[in-house]
Amino acid sequence: MSLETEIKFTLNGRPVAVRVPATMKTLTMLREVLGLTGTKYACGEGECGACTVKVDGKTLNSCLMHAVDCDGRELVTIEGLKTPEGMNPMQQAFVDHGAVQCGFCMPGMIMQADYLVGENPRLTREEAQRGLEGNLCRCTGYTKVLDAVASVAEKKCCGRL
Amino acid sequence: MEQKVTAASIEKKSLIGQRVKKPDAPDKATGKTRYINDMVLPQMLIGKVLFAGRPHAKIVSMDISAAERLPGVYAVLTGKDAAGLKFGFVRDNVPLKEKVLCEHDEVAAVAAETEEIALNALSLIKVEYEDLPGVFSPEVGREASAPQLRDNFPDNKSLRFEFKHGDLAAAEAASDFIADDVFRPHHVTHCCMGTSCAIADFDNNGKLTIWTQTQYPYNYKMDLAPALGITPGDIRVMQPPVGGAFGSKLDVYPYEPIAALLARKTGRPVKVIYSREDEFRASPTRQAAIIHMRTGCKRDGTLTFRTADVLLDNGAYTSWGPTIPVIMMRTTSGHYRVPVVDFKAQAIYTNNPYAGSFRGYGNVQTTYATAQQMDILADKLDMDPLAFHLKNAQKSGEITPQKSFLRECVLAECLETAAQATDYSRKRAAYAAERDKPGRYKKGIGLASSIHNAGGAKIHKSDGIGTILKVDDYARVTVITGASEIGQGIDAVINLIVSEELGVPLEHVTIVNNDSDIAPWDVGVHASRTTFIAGNGTRQAARKAKAQILKAAEKMLGEPADTLELRGGSVVRDRCGTPLIKLDRLLRQMHFQAVPELVMVTDYYEPNSEPEGADHISDHSAAYSHAVHIAEITVDTLTGEIKVDKITSAQDVGRVINRMGLEAQTEGGIAIGLGYALSENMQLEQGILRNPSFRDYKLVTAPEMPELEMHFIESNCAEGPYGAKGVSELPTIVIAPAIANALFNATGVRIFNPPLSPEKVARAIYEKQQSGK
Repeated sequence: MSLETEIKFTLNGRPVAVRVPATMKTLTMLREVLGLTGTKYACGEGECGACTVKVDGKTLNSCLMHAVDCDGRELVTIEGLKTPEGMNPMQQAFVDHGAVQCGFCMPGMIMQADYLVGENPRLTREEAQRGLEGNLCRCTGYTKVLDAVASVAEKKCCGRL
Repeated sequence: MEQKVTAASIEKKSLIGQRVKKPDAPDKATGKTRYINDMVLPQMLIGKVLFAGRPHAKIVSMDISAAERLPGVYAVLTGKDAAGLKFGFVRDNVPLKEKVLCEHDEVAAVAAETEEIALNALSLIKVEYEDLPGVFSPEVGREASAPQLRDNFPDNKSLRFEFKHGDLAAAEAASDFIADDVFRPHHVTHCCMGTSCAIADFDNNGKLTIWTQTQYPYNYKMDLAPALGITPGDIRVMQPPVGGAFGSKLDVYPYEPIAALLARKTGRPVKVIYSREDEFRASPTRQAAIIHMRTGCKRDGTLTFRTADVLLDNGAYTSWGPTIPVIMMRTTSGHYRVPVVDFKAQAIYTNNPYAGSFRGYGNVQTTYATAQQMDILADKLDMDPLAFHLKNAQKSGEITPQKSFLRECVLAECLETAAQATDYSRKRAAYAAERDKPGRYKKGIGLASSIHNAGGAKIHKSDGIGTILKVDDYARVTVITGASEIGQGIDAVINLIVSEELGVPLEHVTIVNNDSDIAPWDVGVHASRTTFIAGNGTRQAARKAKAQILKAAEKMLGEPADTLELRGGSVVRDRCGTPLIKLDRLLRQMHFQAVPELVMVTDYYEPNSEPEGADHISDHSAAYSHAVHIAEITVDTLTGEIKVDKITSAQDVGRVINRMGLEAQTEGGIAIGLGYALSENMQLEQGILRNPSFRDYKLVTAPEMPELEMHFIESNCAEGPYGAKGVSELPTIVIAPAIANALFNATGVRIFNPPLSPEKVARAIYEKQQSGK
């Protein structure tokens, strides 16, 4: 067993304290230590985006980040986007536009899409395409994903969200 | 005892063709869905597989003692533990090998408390190999001088298929033009986002429960049983949500029996899960082939014959891949009105990875050839390809040489719709005129079409489905069906059909389709069959339930059943929509009367198609359909890069059922086709995969997705549910040759070995310039 370290951070708005091995990746910690299986493993080398989470407001591939580096930070996962009132607007838009098929890449896709619209409410379709380049999907051809993102961006831009 | 009428009348509204959301989408979008990859069972061990990592070798010795001694290791299995457990199409595979025939041969497996321990244990297994000369192409493999890979397959010959129709010599003599080309469709793989995974657990009565990603749960039992030496009846197949399948889960692959063998040995549940690299190396591919095709026509553009001599790279074992000629021969002989056909295909064992089934199954490869030869012949004739296609397009009622009966055929309408939408003929002529003028960027437009089965394919004795439907005291409907959901959206289609027939809200329908001990028979998700077959099964079952309910209503309300309808959760008068009684109340009255009555019906739907038989000549599908794609591209003649600007599709869908799901399947199918055409390629060197990662195996990404314009042509299929046909494979099939034809229009070069990578395109353009043509 490798050396374990205790880390403390905020996860989906709640304080967390865990002991993790020095070699463990954030993705493994989320899935196997904390039981949050919404974040997916699909490549383990930062090429597919299925494990995208938000750390201190920025999205990154949790398969590339060591768990110990979460210490003192603020993480949001797909489970943390939903509020007691219901789905986050991006989640709802993905459902409404039929962007979800097998759905395996969707937690990462939605995290990234939500981040892009949060950063730039005037996000164009082309900017959304570029911003989602690191998120692979084998089912959808991205078309309905981009429709969903565009619908949220439009609402944000008009101040309806 | 008519109820007092107070409510307003309920209008008749049909859901057919409307946009219905997938019922599992909210849980998937919020991370709540528990995929098989996420599952953990109490006492569960993790299984890991040791791959040979070399293409052809004898195993001289193997020492597993250090791995067995590692704390936390519960079992180490080798080829000796699987001796004689033969499985696969021709029983040429075993779960664990005693001889290495391909890179990903499974030579040992470990079950341990954690993945880390299991991986450590693998590293402690010492194997001594004696490498042997290998066979890495079917052309070399069929020579008598090649290494012989198997004792009982001389010249490495695996499966063979033939189909002849008409007088070839006469047809050749009558031809004014002949296209004669060799196409080399390549190895690609499914790239399911959820990597391969199975969890196996034996109970103490010897019954196996296996949680799997399979897309054919019932035949799966039959195929898995011999790999374990048990009977199919002792296998319970559980189907949790999966991260994609696309045909890859239409067979048993060794990791599944390995999970079960480890579970049997340890007495505990064992989960085997692949890393992405494992997935690239060890999951099935699309079948690679060498297709020598010839197509002839007369000066007036009438097709005269087509021949195809196909050599298939069988790989080391026989899964669905080498069986694709079953579909290749049908599409070779059915793509346009081809009166004379000569088809033969031979699969050759090699030491390469082996192919399974992949969306488009054989027709992707065939259409890459046929649709380009249509373009090549049109060029030889100096004829607009559109006119050439229209001249040879089949019409409703025609029968192809291989006996596909085209009951409803709207190929001409598909051609005209796509051509008109894109201004095809004018653009094609204009781009061709620009082709040899100076300028780095060239535009091109290309048309391709194909035919595919759209009402299942009776390759087994049955192509049917069982359905059990119950309606409870609260008017909630449960559909227990054999139809598997792998992301394609049959769940939304079933909900839509039940809602349409029984007038209940979509969200009041529950589907149970993930447990083979509960759900009845189905052949599986393949051959674009599920909406057609499960749609018909669901509709028949719902109509039986409806008849029972309306009969009860007649008795209670004193109004004839044939004047009543189910609408908006009530029994209404059909003509005026006046609600007479709430459905749930009626159901409770049925239940709690003197002679209680529950609504629970069963149905078996078998399509009216014919079994294939040994020669594969039959009307094997209950429907056939056509699609036309037109690709508009810009080629950078300096770098060879192709940018796809727009894809316009026109497809015979029979009838739109769930418009949102249909669009989604079409878009996703096109994306897989684009990757096949442009960038995806398994780079195999001497049987070793050199690019087992998403960094080096390039899928289509969001910025590369072109504008899509989709036209759904409704031919109203007599046998299909509400007129629908199956849809999901054609979008993948037609796209690559459309782009290849556009490349020719733009630059005058043709690529016969996909993908149309920048390197190949740039080289072809350079060579054309050098040759001065």
